[in-house]
Amino acid sequence: MIARVIAVCLLSLAATSALGQAPAYRAPRTSDGQPDLNGIWQALNSANWDLEGHDAAPGPTPSLGAVFARPPGLGVVEGNEIPYLPAAAAKKKQNQANWVMLDPEVKCYLPGVPRATYLPYPFQIVQSQKSILIAYEYAGAVRVVNMEAPTKPPADSWMGWSNGRWEGETLVIDVTSQNEETWFDRAGNFHSGALHVVERYTPRSPDILDYEATIEDPNVFSRPWKISMPLYRRAERNARLLEFRCVEFAEELLYGHLRKKP
Amino acid sequence: MGRRPLASLAALAAVVVVVLFAQAHAAGQVQPPATTVTSAAKAWTPPVAPDGTPDLQGIWSNATLTPLERPKGLGTKEFYTEQEFAELMSRVRKGEVGPEGNLGAAASQPLRYDLSLYGFDLTKASFASNRRTSLIIGPDGVVPSMLPEAIKRNADRAAKNKGHEFDSHENRPLQERCILMGQEGLPMIPAVNDNNLLQIVQGTGWVAMLHEINHHTRIVPTDGRPHIPQNIRQWQGESVGRWEGKTLVVDTTNFTGRTANFRGSSEKLHLVERFTRVSDDMINYQFTVEDPTTWSKPWTAEIPMTKTEGPVYEWGCHEGNTMISNILRGARVADEEAAGKTGK
Repeated sequence: MIARVIAVCLLSLAATSALGQAPAYRAPRTSDGQPDLNGIWQALNSANWDLEGHDAAPGPTPSLGAVFARPPGLGVVEGNEIPYLPAAAAKKKQNQANWVMLDPEVKCYLPGVPRATYLPYPFQIVQSQKSILIAYEYAGAVRVVNMEAPTKPPADSWMGWSNGRWEGETLVIDVTSQNEETWFDRAGNFHSGALHVVERYTPRSPDILDYEATIEDPNVFSRPWKISMPLYRRAERNARLLEFRCVEFAEELLYGHLRKKP
Repeated sequence: MGRRPLASLAALAAVVVVVLFAQAHAAGQVQPPATTVTSAAKAWTPPVAPDGTPDLQGIWSNATLTPLERPKGLGTKEFYTEQEFAELMSRVRKGEVGPEGNLGAAASQPLRYDLSLYGFDLTKASFASNRRTSLIIGPDGVVPSMLPEAIKRNADRAAKNKGHEFDSHENRPLQERCILMGQEGLPMIPAVNDNNLLQIVQGTGWVAMLHEINHHTRIVPTDGRPHIPQNIRQWQGESVGRWEGKTLVVDTTNFTGRTANFRGSSEKLHLVERFTRVSDDMINYQFTVEDPTTWSKPWTAEIPMTKTEGPVYEWGCHEGNTMISNILRGARVADEEAAGKTGK
């Protein structure tokens, strides 16, 4: 009996090593047979500070000391370098130098895709057959992914137009028609209105999604490039999105100079 | 995308729309024998969402021809007769809005748009009316009288801002600041007949409701969880839901006391909404509000929501808000001019 158990174990070990990796994870299914991505998710990295690798640095407000300093990060860009065209590289530097003044996140503007995914706030996937709604806690941003025959965007917008499809275990979302106002991070990484993003969400385990986004913008980059990171399920039993209507937090910055003089 | 409202005979089978047959016929639609309609209405079974709950999904409009409060002079009359309603519809069609009331949301529309172009043609039953004389149900048909303490509370709030309306952004109304637009507020009351789209998407254990206006999204859990702690207060409160048979019941508390909430209510506002799919093309939306610090008694309204076409557009308000800086800049210029005149 013991010998048989050992034999089975050895056999399964052999099978695993023959594949070179653990067997692919198969996520629980929704009633229509697709991987069930319903839930509240969040990135756990410093990509929103800088997609590329970066060391720790003081924050923009010295009086806050260690609070809101920039944490270090290994970066999420494949190859670590964003392939800017020369003129665009100069603009990126300018953006970075004027970060607090120019970053749309500081102004509580809608974040665009993919930045919405790795902002330091949770987001929720509400998955149905014909539509998948993704709501982000930051600024109440939201988009509805069309899962039927792809449709054309009616107009440019901050969050773009999302057409989705299933490729086996992976939800693939094609995002077009984003305006040129959004950034990728607090380091001034940016794009033009020609941005085309293809996102891939693949369950790795019950509580982890592997997220990839391929970014293409011939006005700004010399070639398409890719970011990837895990997204973690917010596993608190009472997890839910709360209101982060940040407009009122940005108003003093935007309109404070127009206050009545005392 | 969805079908045009009333594009199919199935829509006509809805019980509440049956009364509109005369109009439908007048509008050139084929009228099936009444017996067929009756059996179709009985045979209709609500669609089921992937998680087995009643399917409320789609894009819905709460545009209506019915005013919130019952027009004066109708007394306790809750419903028009079919004939009265037919006459009313016929007048509305010609743009004649009589003493029956302002017809709520529809009132300003004929002046603004070619209604047929936008799918708001008043002859269409997409304004699913149930012959009610007011959205508020019951013999009163009006909002109960406001308690003295509520009148004082709201007067104090207004008085505090009086003379300072243009001092800073903080003195401006929430909708001007793109923080909370009238039409995204809860409960959902029809306003002008645009931007009142609501898209519902259901995932396992959650119902998401996206208001087109200001991209406000409510994601209601239906797993029986309690409300969040009372000390967490939100502009839109906090909603938890449950299914009672075919009806989604949403209970909302935790409103903020930072603004005069719905019609001058306080942070004690308690809202219960009921969503019932009554046909392929219609949800019956009913809400009851109570606030012991504002009204003498709870009150209830009923609004039919009709299925409509998309897409729901992105409504980025704050991002393009030049209005507020222009208003404040104008006020500062006026300040300077006034100072110049007084030789300061």
